[in-house]
Amino acid sequence: MTIRTHSPSQRRVNAIDESTGAGTIVPAPARRRSKGQSWRTRLEIIVLVGPALVMFLSFVIFPVAMAAYYGFFRWKGYGAPTDFVGLQNYLTIFQDSAFLEALSHNGIIVVLSLVLQGPAAILLALLLNRRMRGQSLIRVLIFIPYVISEVVVGTGWGLMLQSAGALNGFLEKIGLGALAQDWLSDPAIAMWTLMLIITWKYIGFAVIIFLAGLQGIPEELTEAAQIDGASFWQIQRRITLPLLGPTLRIWAFLSIIGSLQLFDLVYIVWGQYIASTAGTSTMATYMVASGRNSGNYGFGNAVAVVMFVISLVIALLYQRFVMRRDTEGAITESEK
Amino acid sequence: MVTTTLRPRLSPRRAGEKLRWGNPVVYFIALIVIALMLAPIAYVILGGFRTNAQITTDPSGFPAPWEIGNYLDVLFGSVFWHQVLNSTIAAVATTLGAVVLGVMASYVIARYPFRGRGILYSLFAAGLMFPITVAITPLYIVIKNLGLMNSLVGVILPQIAFALPVTIIILVPFLRAIPRELEEAAFIDGCSRIGFFWRMVVPLATPGVITTGILAFIGSWNGYILPLFILNDAATFTLPLGVQAFASQYAVDTAKVLAFTSLSMIPALVFFSLFERRIVGGLTGAVKG
Repeated sequence: MTIRTHSPSQRRVNAIDESTGAGTIVPAPARRRSKGQSWRTRLEIIVLVGPALVMFLSFVIFPVAMAAYYGFFRWKGYGAPTDFVGLQNYLTIFQDSAFLEALSHNGIIVVLSLVLQGPAAILLALLLNRRMRGQSLIRVLIFIPYVISEVVVGTGWGLMLQSAGALNGFLEKIGLGALAQDWLSDPAIAMWTLMLIITWKYIGFAVIIFLAGLQGIPEELTEAAQIDGASFWQIQRRITLPLLGPTLRIWAFLSIIGSLQLFDLVYIVWGQYIASTAGTSTMATYMVASGRNSGNYGFGNAVAVVMFVISLVIALLYQRFVMRRDTEGAITESEK
Repeated sequence: MVTTTLRPRLSPRRAGEKLRWGNPVVYFIALIVIALMLAPIAYVILGGFRTNAQITTDPSGFPAPWEIGNYLDVLFGSVFWHQVLNSTIAAVATTLGAVVLGVMASYVIARYPFRGRGILYSLFAAGLMFPITVAITPLYIVIKNLGLMNSLVGVILPQIAFALPVTIIILVPFLRAIPRELEEAAFIDGCSRIGFFWRMVVPLATPGVITTGILAFIGSWNGYILPLFILNDAATFTLPLGVQAFASQYAVDTAKVLAFTSLSMIPALVFFSLFERRIVGGLTGAVKG
């Protein structure tokens, strides 16, 4: 996939190793010793990869394939599906305004996540990317919300944001009572409330990986620029940000996929029915509400397939056009 | 702290160099950010020490007086501990499964030359693109047909499967970094590939194994949608389901819900503080461009 785990130099060293390994002076590797050996090797491969592959195929790949099949049936979830309806479920999905609304919410969440979290996290990472006391403590504290489960986050925020909740109480106390809102159920505000919770929960992850990216930038570059008289912001804009590119693109990818799949936080804070009236429903909450919770498993599977295809198309396009330069060789390398 | 497990730091801090105090503006901004990050958590924890009357009259106040009864009720009831036990079983089993299967598969992908290993790697890597949400409805049906509804096994098996992509992606480079010479020397000395695996690979891969193990553990511990679909019997609830069930059951008893919620946060926070370096460092190593 997408996450680069090798630096180019490492890869080159490996390639050289492999070519000389098969060469002349070094004794040929054990696998070439005899024919029996190669059977043994095959057996080892099967025994070692087999269990993982079986698990992965049966619980990740097979369910998705089955969803495609079940999606063609009107099916209540028990017995074998018999009521074949062809593409009817899919037509229903795309004619249902509730789904289209949910889809547009996913779109808004994708864009707002990128626009709100990205710059904020980069600024924070730039600020924290200096050697100062307490740096690791600050990093850890920012990361804490990411570690806490969605349920805890959702329950806590849900209670805090009720109209008679702590946030409105606090605003009144500091004399900003006019700002008090119906944070959760006013459709004009609820999406922003959701974005606030999402940002709070996931920004720590972005900051941490940006800091990691920043530490990979050679200090000599910024030092040289400083000597040449570049200002702090010039250095950040001309040197740091471009070099942060790969990290940024990976984060954006993870953020987009995460936004398309968003379920837990919405479902916990808004519950299964209020989300659609408050304007925070997502494809996943629509899937659960219209599939499992109303017993239409065939339909739920069709929604799962739609989500899958949308995510897949976006992921492939993104990799093709945005991350191409980062992933070149990252996967194919193992075929050398 | 600059722990990168997969790659050495580019500019090591010179020995004896003292850490400077940074710019006060930076500290000020950092302080505000941290306050914003921790305020909701503080609200949950402090809320558990209040009474419902206190919460109603002053929703954003401090406990006055501090009320410990809510926490004691939760701690001395059996529900909470039962769910902690269920979560622990699920998380430990998921972690073990993901790590054991992941190391074995990564070893083959990293060190066995054979046709199709690139495809194998891409196949597992593609799993990263599809979080459990997208597969949940069909997965529910698979688990149901296997007769694993309402059992922790029905949660553990898919969790292992969904943890494998990250595990393999992090471990393959680790195992590939083991020098070929080492392997060849071992073979010449009559060590089999499997023997090499046990004697050299497992010990050398430990840092990567710990990182992936932590990720699998946290993923399982916090997992919500899978248990929501698979576990309907309250006796099998894991902590996230428990928190939600508790919150709806005691909807009017806000203080008690806050106490339950903050107690359910503690195991994750303790775990995080123990392994903080590994978690942050592991992410750093894995996602680095």
